[in-house]
Amino acid sequence: MGGLIKSSIARKVAMALSGLFLVFFLLQHFTINFTSIFSVDTFNELSHFMGTNPLVQFALQPVLIFGVVFHFVMGFVLEIKNKNARAVKYAKYSGGANSSWMSRNMIYSGLVILAFLGLHFYDFWVPEIVHKYVEFAPEDPTRYYTELLHKFESPIRTGLYALSFVFLALHLWHGFASSFQSVGFNNKYSIAATKFAKAFAIVIPVGFIVIALVLHFTH
Amino acid sequence: MNLTLKIWRQSDADSKGKLVDYKISGIEGDMSFLEMLDVLNEDLINKGEEPVVFDHDCREGICGACSLQINGEPHGPDRLVTTCQLHMRKFNNGDTIYIEPFRAKAFPVVKDLMVDRSSFERIQHAGGYISVNTSGNTQDANAIPIRKEDADEAMDAATCIGCGACVAACKNASAMLFTSAKVSQFALLPQGQVEATERVLAMVNQMDEEGFGNCTNTGACEIECPKGISLENIARMNREYLKASMKG
Repeated sequence: MGGLIKSSIARKVAMALSGLFLVFFLLQHFTINFTSIFSVDTFNELSHFMGTNPLVQFALQPVLIFGVVFHFVMGFVLEIKNKNARAVKYAKYSGGANSSWMSRNMIYSGLVILAFLGLHFYDFWVPEIVHKYVEFAPEDPTRYYTELLHKFESPIRTGLYALSFVFLALHLWHGFASSFQSVGFNNKYSIAATKFAKAFAIVIPVGFIVIALVLHFTH
Repeated sequence: MNLTLKIWRQSDADSKGKLVDYKISGIEGDMSFLEMLDVLNEDLINKGEEPVVFDHDCREGICGACSLQINGEPHGPDRLVTTCQLHMRKFNNGDTIYIEPFRAKAFPVVKDLMVDRSSFERIQHAGGYISVNTSGNTQDANAIPIRKEDADEAMDAATCIGCGACVAACKNASAMLFTSAKVSQFALLPQGQVEATERVLAMVNQMDEEGFGNCTNTGACEIECPKGISLENIARMNREYLKASMKG
């Protein structure tokens, strides 16, 4: 078991599992956000539950933050190791002849997502923490939708969110399907699993973009 | 056919190399890529210059000795062939062709286009074998029933010639396709089960120690492999490795 921590396969599996965990979180986040465009009350109720439930706040939230930090730190570590594995670069390298742009540029799509997470935390998570644990403001179960609308008033912010989701789609296009291979899942069901992962990579980010645009243009 | 060649010249492992331009003419489409380099070398020798060093042996696509990164792809633009099987008809008159060695920290350049691929040998030595008593009472392999599908997949994995194209094509210089083929050819057969746990742990450990990069599933190795070794082998190796780690 000792060698497991240092092995390239263990790191690959760890990246895949943390990625799959984040995909699951993304689906949950999307489901809640999606309610905002057709039922204000449902959105407020779900947001209030997520924002006040002790299990979510003090158990799942730290696990999520650990998952995010682990995924991008491990991503950087692997990128540096991989760069070192070829000290002298090719004068001519035809990567496009044998692999997709998305698969070769996960670090760059990941960096855009990381920058987006910074903006997203600044917009929502930090004010939420300040509201609850610094100012100890009285709880208002109906405030969430108003706060959401306020953030999507700016066309620049809405555009930045939409652009970030495009990069999320590019990241997921390779990452989600690739995680099956990493954990050793390659059999007669792989084609269906890959199709599902590719569809997810398009539908969820496009759904997030639609939500941002609806909130921006209809209010 | 008249061509411009941009060839990596490096006098030894410690020297700094560079691309050198050569003009070559009279190349026929039916020549192999290595025959084209033979013509170039004859020209260089006749002019009193040092010929270009490159790996080659069987020139039939069997031995895995030839290498070369040609216009950014290992073994050139054709599929399921080695450099010795690549014909010059794949190029056009007036083309400029980049010819570089397979590049990886674990494949140091020996001279010009020749690289040291003994890291693959060390991965094989770490566990790419089975221990069989050969004292005279060895069981006939044909007497052991094996599913046709398993035998076919094992044979497919065993067609890996260890040329290193997978490493050269991978943006991370990962050797997972090679190692997984060598693990799979035994993992699929009953003869390979006895040492299965030790084998995969030792071979992956050796692969990591050699300084190869990590696999990120780009699939470039599978596309460029002259023997069509499948990515399924990497998934199988991942499963074997995780299973062995839990046992070991």
